[in-house]
Amino acid sequence: MQATADEVLIGRIASGDRLAMQVLFARHHVRVYRFVLRLVRDESTAEDLISEVFLDVWRQAGRFEGRSAVSTWLLAIARFKALSALRRRPDEELDDETAAGIEDPSDSPETALEKKDKSAIIRKCLTGLSAEHREIIDLVYYHEKSVEEVALIVGIPENTVKTRMFYARKRLAELLKAEGIERGWP
Amino acid sequence: MNTINKERDDLETLLPWHAAGTLNRRDAERVEKALASDRELLRRFNLAREELNETIHLNETLGAPSARAMEKLFAAIDAEPVRKPKVSFDLAGRIAEFITSFSPRTLAVAGAVGALAIVLQAGVITTGLIKHEAGTEVASRQVDVPPTLGLASAESDGTLAAIRFTPKAEVGQITTFLLANKASMIDGPMTGGIYTIRLPESGKAKEDHIKLMQAQSTIVDFIATKQ
Repeated sequence: MQATADEVLIGRIASGDRLAMQVLFARHHVRVYRFVLRLVRDESTAEDLISEVFLDVWRQAGRFEGRSAVSTWLLAIARFKALSALRRRPDEELDDETAAGIEDPSDSPETALEKKDKSAIIRKCLTGLSAEHREIIDLVYYHEKSVEEVALIVGIPENTVKTRMFYARKRLAELLKAEGIERGWP
Repeated sequence: MNTINKERDDLETLLPWHAAGTLNRRDAERVEKALASDRELLRRFNLAREELNETIHLNETLGAPSARAMEKLFAAIDAEPVRKPKVSFDLAGRIAEFITSFSPRTLAVAGAVGALAIVLQAGVITTGLIKHEAGTEVASRQVDVPPTLGLASAESDGTLAAIRFTPKAEVGQITTFLLANKASMIDGPMTGGIYTIRLPESGKAKEDHIKLMQAQSTIVDFIATKQ
């Protein structure tokens, strides 16, 4: 049985179908939440923001033109909401230099041991990237967005998407090197 | 040499998307071809795959929002003004929903049957034309058609066209295409995935419009005037 396409759900939502809204929310809210959470780094704020994202969908469904995938549209709205929230609290946003230099206060002997594990170190360094770099890494690797889709979500040219991804990975390599992992690239 | 380096740099920037499987076929083939002969590029591709794995792992450990998010959303929706149902009959939307209800296999079979039907139809038309040129048969065929089914409705059906969409055309694209061309869905899908649409023009203007629609080959597989 084929699931109802997102585009069809959006059409129903535009007509005020509450059930269609529930289906769309169930299908996408976790990924949207994780995308927002990685940007704002606060669970409560992220939860508030996804409510706002889907409320925008409810209000604007009639204007959705189907030029992109619904998931791409959702992430674009979510990104706008997250950046607006960050602008409201600029002091709390960390740049990559600061974040990378912060020691994890929960470092227990077990944690320290875990950090010897390469995978855990890579994940720590992924967390230490700037918001801009975290965003593009997540969109490409986790949200499986193409170059064109990332360009739509972030609002930058496709070539800039490629170069930004390159610099995000380069920064990641630098953070890994600081943690003792030399990748030989770039 | 510079050209070779530029090509390699270009391919290298595509590695993250290749690891995620989101490159178009052409670029994916370019990258695959290069990976087969370039060990250093392959090593860097494996670095991208490593990043991909850990990014997924990291995101999957972020958990999910509590029920509060959903409760807040639907409380806000309940507080919104009640929407009046659309008065207009959204044929494009309904047909979009109808299309998506088919499985890919059903659509493929429908497409194959449609292709066969077109071949048969082409044969019938060609035969008719040959006979017409020979000055025979056409008049007697018209006589055979009951007036209520044929000639009487021909004038009112002057704006109709038969259309089949490409298998790759997405529902959203079809809907946008119909709206952009001010076309409304009248009937279908018939055998072979053929739909009947109504166009705003008739006569020569309709013929010209159909040619323009046919040019949109990413969406339109087949379109012809329907009498």
